[in-house]
Amino acid sequence: MHDAVAVATQFIGLSLGKIMYLFAMGFVGGLVSGFIGSGGAFVLTPGMMSLGVPGLMAVASNMCHKFPKALVGALKRAKYGQVDVKLGIVLGVSAEAGVLWGAGVQEHIKKAYGDAGSNLYVSAAFVLILAVVGGFVLRDAIKSYRAGSTNEEEKITKIARWVQSVNIPYTMVYFKALNARISVLFTIPLGFATGVLAATIAVGGFIGVPSMMYVLGAPGLMASATELVIAFVMGVGGTFKYALHGMVDIRLALIILAGSLFGIQLGAIGTTYVRPYMIKMVMGVIMVTVLFSRLLMLPVYMSQLHLIGEMGPATSKMLSSTSFAIMIFALGLGAFIVLKAMWEGKREERLRESAGALAAEKA
Amino acid sequence: MATTTKKKALVGAVIFGVLSIGLYALLFIKEDLINSTFGKGGVYAVLPIATAFLFSFVHGNFTGNFWSALGIEAAKSKGCK
Repeated sequence: MHDAVAVATQFIGLSLGKIMYLFAMGFVGGLVSGFIGSGGAFVLTPGMMSLGVPGLMAVASNMCHKFPKALVGALKRAKYGQVDVKLGIVLGVSAEAGVLWGAGVQEHIKKAYGDAGSNLYVSAAFVLILAVVGGFVLRDAIKSYRAGSTNEEEKITKIARWVQSVNIPYTMVYFKALNARISVLFTIPLGFATGVLAATIAVGGFIGVPSMMYVLGAPGLMASATELVIAFVMGVGGTFKYALHGMVDIRLALIILAGSLFGIQLGAIGTTYVRPYMIKMVMGVIMVTVLFSRLLMLPVYMSQLHLIGEMGPATSKMLSSTSFAIMIFALGLGAFIVLKAMWEGKREERLRESAGALAAEKA
Repeated sequence: MATTTKKKALVGAVIFGVLSIGLYALLFIKEDLINSTFGKGGVYAVLPIATAFLFSFVHGNFTGNFWSALGIEAAKSKGCK
């Protein structure tokens, strides 16, 4: 933060090509976020940095586009009755604390081990979380698909049943998403972890959404919609923190927002057409694909820190480019699944309507 | 009924679309002034936040109406609780 003034003077020039690139990334990111509540942002920070934007400014501008996007998405999904505002705010407050703590850890690592150490920490966190949580989410989605129970609302897990059964006096709150009273004490570590992850890899939802589904017992649709409220609360606080040091490039944030508001509306509409397990499927597929992207970067940073043998610049560059390409592919794949599922849902609805009209005519 | 909704959305899309284009044009015309003012930090931190809210309202209404005008709306039977 101390070199904020130096960073603030590094506003990049914007050509039409760069604007279109940011707009397109914003659209695809927004589409995925509107659908799974989060997950579109991870590609934007490296995407901006590839245009020459300094790292901290890219993080700050990404954050500044995220909260208005989450607001629009949350309002849209609230219209469909999918948002639990109370749960979102409660989790959002502890997530905010997690963001501050996570950012502090980041700064500490950067000071102690430099950029390579910080990058290694971020990538290792990516790999660990995505492997454990992403693998679990994807396995659950595939299980639902194979069991043919894709039309049913998800079954509540054992741990969620236990959480909902614990009664801690003076801390019990009713949440619409869970249709149950739980102790707010359970929400604190979950929100905090969401915030720490958001500060580390820019996508808190990879912990927030699964924890709402599997630990608290919220259906996938409600969890992904409520994540947008958490993202809004975290985003406003985070943006303010960075803006205090003049690090937000509002032009970048607003160009990405221009695309992402088209995407988020479409993603939110998409949730009304798909079967419940699709939210998990898209989330799991993205998480596991991104896992490979970050896995490729681990040896690059380890070599920079001399933890393994020296790596030639050509190999390092090839791994970095492949990693970035896989990240974009992950987002594109997520967007493709959303659009395909939505298209099929719309076609089914049209068929149902015409069959209904035919039956009415006969009667 | 559906046609009326579409027409309404089209009017909304045009109004908010024009406003949105105006705001974005202003952003690029006054690019240097905006960069230097917003980059000051301190109390000026409210400016990017207020701007993001303003754009999300105007551009959000535009994009919402845009999809509705194209007939892309939420499913009538599923998902809406």
